[in-house]
Amino acid sequence: MAYLDAASTEPLHPAAREALLAALDVGWADPARLYGSARRARLLLDQARAEIAEVLGARPDEVSFTSSGTQAVHLGVLGALAGRKRAGRHLVVSAVEHSSVLHTAGVHERDGGTVEAVGVDVTGRVSPAGFAAAVARPGTAVACLQTANHEVGTLQPVAEAAESCAAAGVPLFVDAAQSAGRLPIPPGWSILAASAHKWGGPAGVGVLAIRKGVRWRSPYPEDERENRRVPGFENVAAVVAAAAALRARAAESAAESARLSDLIERIRREVPRRVPDVEVIGDPVERLPHLVTFSCLYVEGEALLTELDKAGFAVSSGSSCTASTLRPSHVLEAMGVLTHGNVRVSLPRGVSADDVERFLTVLPDIVRRVRQSLGVQ
Amino acid sequence: MWRRRPAPRESEREPVSPAPPVTALTIDAMGRKCPIPIIMLADQIGSVGLGATVAVLADDPAAFTDIPAWCRLKSHEHVASYELPQGGWSIHVRRNY
Repeated sequence: MAYLDAASTEPLHPAAREALLAALDVGWADPARLYGSARRARLLLDQARAEIAEVLGARPDEVSFTSSGTQAVHLGVLGALAGRKRAGRHLVVSAVEHSSVLHTAGVHERDGGTVEAVGVDVTGRVSPAGFAAAVARPGTAVACLQTANHEVGTLQPVAEAAESCAAAGVPLFVDAAQSAGRLPIPPGWSILAASAHKWGGPAGVGVLAIRKGVRWRSPYPEDERENRRVPGFENVAAVVAAAAALRARAAESAAESARLSDLIERIRREVPRRVPDVEVIGDPVERLPHLVTFSCLYVEGEALLTELDKAGFAVSSGSSCTASTLRPSHVLEAMGVLTHGNVRVSLPRGVSADDVERFLTVLPDIVRRVRQSLGVQ
Repeated sequence: MWRRRPAPRESEREPVSPAPPVTALTIDAMGRKCPIPIIMLADQIGSVGLGATVAVLADDPAAFTDIPAWCRLKSHEHVASYELPQGGWSIHVRRNY
């Protein structure tokens, strides 16, 4: 089986596995207590915090660990809104944010707040001018922008958005889940969220970083853990493993990201040459190094996924027939691109060029067969 | 799922409420899931004259996005999408070649 769905979750990095097993033995005690084993757990936790903070460009005391990237998003956005209640109740998001951001916006709207979703162009990028105009609206409490889109790979103009947010005095929440560990974090964020299993750490570790001086109030009942920002007992061993994976990724990323990016470039070029009536989606240059999405006309996404699975390829799709909601992906809708016959290929670290080549070889015939079954010549 | 509001830049893609104008051909794809409405459109657009308009009746939300996207890819013109009282849309496409 060739695993080409790293954007859903990256396989556990060997360095993370090793660190996890070691930390389970020595880091199990309560890091909030004062005896030897507890101090050992505290030391491991804070060392991991310092390492992750360094790679993400934050100070260690700005970083808290959550139980997932989604929880980091929920806490980050709701806490920022709560901290800015007196400034206003207007929330600005891009139309292509991860569903965890949009669902949080939905909660805010049901609570009487207002939400503006800034549209994107056909590549999936939000226009810096459009975002700036939305943020400048009086009463804007918080703005949210992802570093890169999780479905199409397009990078967002976070640095420019941060400048317009700073000019308007609005904190910027940045969802870095898809790019952390693969690309440097752009400057200017006020609150940052990331997820360890996306960079090869274990599941169950999210990162919430809040810049010093940013107003933020927890939407949860008070809890002493994680600088009073995240409730519940820390998962020390998993955090240690997350840090080991991120450190290893950061060391490898220059060479590996360039290699993956070349493979993606090859897929972007070859798929439309080999398969008729295909639209390759997203920005061809300003993109994540490991991810490409394309849509095949006259093909059902689900049938395509099933056939690719039979041929030994694990990929994902934003087509409606593959979603539990039976709605097409909100990202593809907002871009105005084809939503059916959609395939997302995202390459894990260490993927072999042979697997990519084999994918390019089997794809044309699979698409032809699925089209034939629908009566398309 | 929280839905985005109509974005101003996409105004031409948003459904309009007045009664749709008469077209040369109506394709009834109600109850059909994508890509079937698009396959029907691709099959039948050649049966109207150049510059004539085809209406596709569809209620799969994917069709609302995918028919305009198909027009862009195939260089036909998406004229407008009209919301239907019974649900779904009448999506009008002009044959360009």
